[in-house]
Amino acid sequence: MVIWSQGEEMSQQPEQIRLNALRELEGITGIDGLESWRVRYLGRKGELTMILRGLSALPLEERKTVGASANRVRADLEESLRRKAEELKAELEKRAVRGGGAELARGDITLPGRHYPLGRLHPITQTLDAMCDIFASMGFQVMEGPEVEWDYYNFEALNIPGEHPARDTMSTCWVESEAEREDRLRLLRTHTTAVSARVIETMEPPIRVIEPGKIYRYEASDATHVPMFHQVDGLVVDKGITMADLKGTLYEFARRYFGEDRKVRFRCDYFPFVEPGVEMAIDCLVCNGKGCRLCGDSGWIEILGAGMTHPDVLRRGGIDPDVYTSFAFGIGVERPHMLRYGVDDIRLYFGSDLRFLRQF
Amino acid sequence: MKASLNWLEEYVDITLPLDDVLNRLTMAGFEGRVLQSIGDSWEGIVIGQITAVNPHPNADRLTLVTIDLGPRQETVVCGAPNVAVGARVAFAPVGSQLINPHTGKTERLKSARIRGVVSSGMACSEKELGISENHEGILVLPAEAPVGTPLADYLGDVVINLDVTPNRPDCLSIIGISREIAALTGQDIHLPGVSYQEGASSVDQHISVEISAPDLCPRYCASLITGVKLAESPGWMQQRLVACGMRPINNVVDVTNYVMLEYGQPLHAFDYERLRGKKIIVRRAADSEMIVSLDGVERVLSRDMLVIADEERSVAVAGVMGGANSEVTEQTTSILLEAASFNPASIHYTGRTLSMPSEACMRFERGISPELTTATLKRATQLIAELGGGEAAGGIIDVYPGRVEPEPITITTGEVKRVLGIEFSPEQIVGALASLGFDCRQAGSGAEVVATAPYWRSDINLPVDLIEEVARIIGYDEIPMTMLSQPIPRQNPEPVIGLKREVRRVLTGLGFQEIISYTLTSLELLSRLLPESHSPAITPLRVTNPMTVEQEYLRPDLRANLLSAFSANRGRLDSGIRIFELGRVYLPRERDLPDEVEVLCGVLGGPRHEKSWYDDEKSVDFFDAKGVVQALLGQLGVAAGFEGCRDESLHPAKQAAIVADGRNVGVVGELHPGVLEAFEIAESVYLFEISLPALLPFTVGHRIFQPIPRFPAIVRDMALVIDAGVAHQRVVDIIESFPLVEQVAIFDVYTGDQVPPGKKSLAYRVTYQSPAHTLTDEEVKRVQKRILDRLSQELGAGLRG
Repeated sequence: MVIWSQGEEMSQQPEQIRLNALRELEGITGIDGLESWRVRYLGRKGELTMILRGLSALPLEERKTVGASANRVRADLEESLRRKAEELKAELEKRAVRGGGAELARGDITLPGRHYPLGRLHPITQTLDAMCDIFASMGFQVMEGPEVEWDYYNFEALNIPGEHPARDTMSTCWVESEAEREDRLRLLRTHTTAVSARVIETMEPPIRVIEPGKIYRYEASDATHVPMFHQVDGLVVDKGITMADLKGTLYEFARRYFGEDRKVRFRCDYFPFVEPGVEMAIDCLVCNGKGCRLCGDSGWIEILGAGMTHPDVLRRGGIDPDVYTSFAFGIGVERPHMLRYGVDDIRLYFGSDLRFLRQF
Repeated sequence: MKASLNWLEEYVDITLPLDDVLNRLTMAGFEGRVLQSIGDSWEGIVIGQITAVNPHPNADRLTLVTIDLGPRQETVVCGAPNVAVGARVAFAPVGSQLINPHTGKTERLKSARIRGVVSSGMACSEKELGISENHEGILVLPAEAPVGTPLADYLGDVVINLDVTPNRPDCLSIIGISREIAALTGQDIHLPGVSYQEGASSVDQHISVEISAPDLCPRYCASLITGVKLAESPGWMQQRLVACGMRPINNVVDVTNYVMLEYGQPLHAFDYERLRGKKIIVRRAADSEMIVSLDGVERVLSRDMLVIADEERSVAVAGVMGGANSEVTEQTTSILLEAASFNPASIHYTGRTLSMPSEACMRFERGISPELTTATLKRATQLIAELGGGEAAGGIIDVYPGRVEPEPITITTGEVKRVLGIEFSPEQIVGALASLGFDCRQAGSGAEVVATAPYWRSDINLPVDLIEEVARIIGYDEIPMTMLSQPIPRQNPEPVIGLKREVRRVLTGLGFQEIISYTLTSLELLSRLLPESHSPAITPLRVTNPMTVEQEYLRPDLRANLLSAFSANRGRLDSGIRIFELGRVYLPRERDLPDEVEVLCGVLGGPRHEKSWYDDEKSVDFFDAKGVVQALLGQLGVAAGFEGCRDESLHPAKQAAIVADGRNVGVVGELHPGVLEAFEIAESVYLFEISLPALLPFTVGHRIFQPIPRFPAIVRDMALVIDAGVAHQRVVDIIESFPLVEQVAIFDVYTGDQVPPGKKSLAYRVTYQSPAHTLTDEEVKRVQKRILDRLSQELGAGLRG
């Protein structure tokens, strides 16, 4: 047995640790083993650490050599550990792929994936959201109003007094009053323009609102008519609003909703609450304007009614038409969806048939 | 409004292709299209006259008809009952294109031998020519039809249809449409000249007119024609009436209709001899006054209606329909012709209340100018005198209490620009308005235009009305497109609008399909939800004029619609069904509009997973529905609990109220078996229902960031044995009340052999964590011991051995 001087012993120790450690490391085959190896040699209570801690007890000269040697060994071991860890990881991955491959070869990858139920928004909700989002990006705020409405907001406030022929074009469902003779009549609103009438009365200009909602007509159901459907009205009131703004805003809507390639046509039309009145059409999606059954050979499909809000409507709601100008519009919701997807029966939207609804 | 192109061309030169004209009309507010091209396919078909009708040698029902075509004669075999010598007919030679009346298809006429006799063509029916559906006999033309002339030259026409908006009653007439075409194509209009021989005696010697309700009748004009002989009206007039969609009757009635179509002013012809007292009184009807109208129906009138009366009784419902008691008949020889102006609202009310829509009514209720009456009356008087061989009395009656002088309207180029966003010169403005017959002059420094509307434009009252005319005539296409340049107004959206979107997003994320159902429903459907009481606690709002009994009441909840939808879909699908609706229910309020409450309702039933290769087909249960509610509330940041409740539509033992801060915001549960039976559903179905306004206050903006824990958690499981009647929630409440307890999850519920009778075993996984330090085993053990002590004291729970 060789008797080492203490100095020699101390200076040789790190090297001995290195050799032991590396030999041991060689034999390790799992990630778990690496951790206990690290704790033993490099950990807080590990062999090297103990040596470094004991340095202060040594003479200065020795302290230097032993310290330097211990630090070298430490760096060496750390590097070896890193390499060994990488080797093991690569080895494991290789094994995993081989093993997995073997499993796949045994299994049938053509089996269907596990089912995750997917819920969908109703196509009309999707359409309303899409329309409102386009206008929201132009600074319009979404507003809602009651579906059971006073005759006043649905008709009178909009220049449609009793016995106005325009009432005949909007056959109305009336709502029963508890009193035998009530001075104010209640109805199911025939257009969301009733919300505009309320907005004009309650909000101060500048106003830029979009009003989605359900509307009602006293009509028998068939492939193109239902008693309840949806509309999106819009209203802009400010100083300096012109019909050029109306055209630009609605063109932007059509471009974004129907696509860049659609042509847009603005023609004169009549609604009692606007003057001048406008109808906007797009070229037919089926025949691209050549004329077909869908567009009634005209090549055009009406999308919305609009116009410069009638000065009497503004004045009645407390807005001075000599100071402010305004435009308003009303977009049907079901029809654009039907056109876009080729749906041929409007009743499908409210029939709750999942075979229909799950298509959108 | 249907219009004959031939007729229009009488008043305006049509210089552009018809498609261009229709396009200009469409852009200017009158959507126009070609309805029918009469005579396009009539090549070779000519007018002939029957010169002989002989029996067919081999067939009793057929005849051999000889037709003179001018240069030649042809003989055809004919089966029609109305062949007669002298009749003018349409002869189609072999090779002509005709409609086969049996198939409706266009075919070429082939040479044929019929029962041994060769037919060299045929005499055509209206149906074969495509004019009408009539195939009773051959078309017999008026005697003036020129023999040898191509039929297309005589009968050919194009019928167009224009959609006339309610503000333009002036264009419910051929002249009105001609005026629009003239303005849009830069042409002039030429109106029919009116002149006729007037008799010696003045009309006032024969009749007097009194208006006792001038508010409802601003003007009443009348003329008298005596010695009239009723007959068929001439072919040209009949053709035009038919082209415009009216049925020819006799020369007097046809003239009133013809002139109405021509000018837009309705007329009415009375049998003068049947008017008692030789007096016309325009008055309000008495309440419950009766009149038998021309269609033979007895009508009950009211004070709000206007009648034309003689001295003894009403003889017409003014502007709506004539009375049978003064109707023109074959015996009539003297005609009192009326052209009057009536209050539009009153006519609309009367026509609507009596359900008597008519061409006259449609024009009056839109407000036609009182100035139209005289020109129209004179034109009709002339035509009746001409066609009926009568004599017009001198002058006309004209009672005009409601005369209003036309007011000039001033607009400036600045106002036009303010509305349209484009500058038009005063000359452009004047040019556009003048082309429509406005009387215009420039004023001020030249930037002002003063315009007086022509009498037929009763729709023009304000400067914006003029601005629309300018835009319409110059063209909407001239107006540029600009984006809104004003600053975006301040936004204050209703929070419930955002909440609705979020709720829909979460529900679809959880696999639910949204539906939208009719908000109108029936009491019968609603009563299916009430297996015990059968009648709803609140009476839903009723529609006074329901279209069907299924759509009579405004829904007070969404449940019935969702269950109907579930039931209907179950008939088609055997997979799991998860549907929801987010919509309004309508709760009546006294003397006010109903409270419209946004409600979320969802139903689910059927297998939790689709039938598959990896899983069994377990059905959903109460805890699926509750899980959905908890997921939704969690996402919305609502701290809510579940408490027992009593909802008649739900299974008494499987339902819970959703309670937030002591307030009821909704309910979740299994449907009552009686309800399921009523909806013909043969499986368990679960429902949740949440009122959004009730939920809203608990959702808005109270969530505060929680720091991510910095120190490790320690997880310990504990299995308790406890009385079967103790609710899980009581255990959790106790465990959660201890400090360091971060989370409690139940992972097993067991009753059976392994635990004593009357007991159950609940297994919990408790996560301990400190925000301040790493927990030690000892700390956790201490807390766990205290928890067990308390569970033991308060609930009699013990650890399961």
